[in-house]
Amino acid sequence: MVMEDAEAPHHMLLLRNFMAQGLVLGQHLLYSSPARDPRGFLGTLPSPAASKDDKSRERDPDQEKGLRIAWQYKKYFGENQLDGQRDGKHEYSNEFDLRKPLERHFINGPRIDCVSIQDSDLSTLRDRCATFLSQFPRNDGSISCAGRIAIQSFCAPQCAYSNMEWDMLSFIRSLKSMVRSSNSVAIVTFPPSLLSPSFCKRWQHMADTLLSVKAIQDEDKELAQLLTGYQDMVGFLNVHKVARINTQVPVILEATTFSIKLQKRRYLVLECLNQAPVDGSSGTSYGTSGGCSSSSKTGNLDF
Amino acid sequence: MNQRSSNLLDEALGLDQVIEPWPLRGRVVAIEDQVETSGSFVLHHLLKRSLSPNSSNVTIFIAFSQPFSHYDRILRKLGCNLVSQRDNSRFFFFDMLKLQCPDGDEGITPEGGLIALYGKIHKTISALPEISWKNVSIIIDDLSLMEVAANGSSDYVLDFLHYCRTLTSEFDCSLITLNHEDIYSSEDRPTFFIQMEYLADILIKAEPLATGLATDVHGQVPKCYSCFIVG
Repeated sequence: MVMEDAEAPHHMLLLRNFMAQGLVLGQHLLYSSPARDPRGFLGTLPSPAASKDDKSRERDPDQEKGLRIAWQYKKYFGENQLDGQRDGKHEYSNEFDLRKPLERHFINGPRIDCVSIQDSDLSTLRDRCATFLSQFPRNDGSISCAGRIAIQSFCAPQCAYSNMEWDMLSFIRSLKSMVRSSNSVAIVTFPPSLLSPSFCKRWQHMADTLLSVKAIQDEDKELAQLLTGYQDMVGFLNVHKVARINTQVPVILEATTFSIKLQKRRYLVLECLNQAPVDGSSGTSYGTSGGCSSSSKTGNLDF
Repeated sequence: MNQRSSNLLDEALGLDQVIEPWPLRGRVVAIEDQVETSGSFVLHHLLKRSLSPNSSNVTIFIAFSQPFSHYDRILRKLGCNLVSQRDNSRFFFFDMLKLQCPDGDEGITPEGGLIALYGKIHKTISALPEISWKNVSIIIDDLSLMEVAANGSSDYVLDFLHYCRTLTSEFDCSLITLNHEDIYSSEDRPTFFIQMEYLADILIKAEPLATGLATDVHGQVPKCYSCFIVG
């Protein structure tokens, strides 16, 4: 689940990547939003970024001769298999070009189902999810196909059920149960400010993995001094909780706060932020804004 | 019980000394946690201890949170096979993931809901040999999801817990629950939560560290005892 920030729609960046990745990999997608016609959003999905292998082909041939044995196996593959595709299928990637829309054949295929939650009640949405997930039952065999559910702004005020807090909780519980017993994953974004504090906490506990996005104010001089590369950042991504399925061992990430950057205004990049040590006598440091410095290490967060 | 395999939590709860009779017999244990720090590991630990091979304890596990496979895999890593315990009638797993109580007054009909659940628990315990009655643990994971299943009818959930509380005196069994403190701390009148803490004989809280996350220490577990002696 992703907690939205009312000041900037950064959750949409995450949703776009999530949805595009699923379609490119041949997975089924169920998308739901408060818009009257959610299908219009599909036109904004990004296309996979050009593979880095395209650049590697420009290497000096003499240099390649000196490559160790393992790299020499490259010559046994056809040229057309070095562009991130094998047998016409895209390889798993987190890199998408936001300036290039996803090819039409991905969007027009039969694998996509769109549901508007503006006029639908929760029973209808639950039934659509159940029907969608019935295509990916979990069994002991191999996974033939998988599904992705993306529900945007679940408790938005446009929705008829937005005041029915217990019913929404019940839906999330039901969705979680269905997803758990299928080969699928669901992302639900919601604006926490529209929920009462108590119910917001209940939603947070419901999540297997809990994220939040936050906008960065323009021309924040204090942050500009604390963070290197501030001018390239559009927001922060916080990881509050990571799924612990079939284990009780918590996942301790190297960092729980990432900067959201749009590299060359086309690639979504998440970079770890290292928080400076905090004096324990000052109380809880978790979630507070302490001195930060951006890491020189760029890592893509697996989605 | 092997002293070397016990830990501070065992010592605090008296589980490091003897397993028979079950030290938590007749007690209500409430485990509270927060989003940042899950208290489910305490639940798993108590489940493992209750199913110790040196004891004859029986556990009734009421799961609103996770499927059986989740607990099975965790307990296997802790050295406890829930499948064989279930086959030996020492472990009864009630899968409540899809339980949804009907709205309004229908929730109190015998046909479904929390009343039926209580009836099922009582029937399970009654069917055990009388000698086992004193070594039964009822574990509920977790109470906030029970409220969701009851469509927010916290009164129904409280009634259910009161009925389960009677089992601790009727059969001398123990009741262990998990709930999320931070859900209720922001409420104006956290009646349900206060009543639950009042019911508890032992309160175990899992909290995040004041200094934030650490790779080797994941949180802290202060324990509070409350004991009422009626003479």
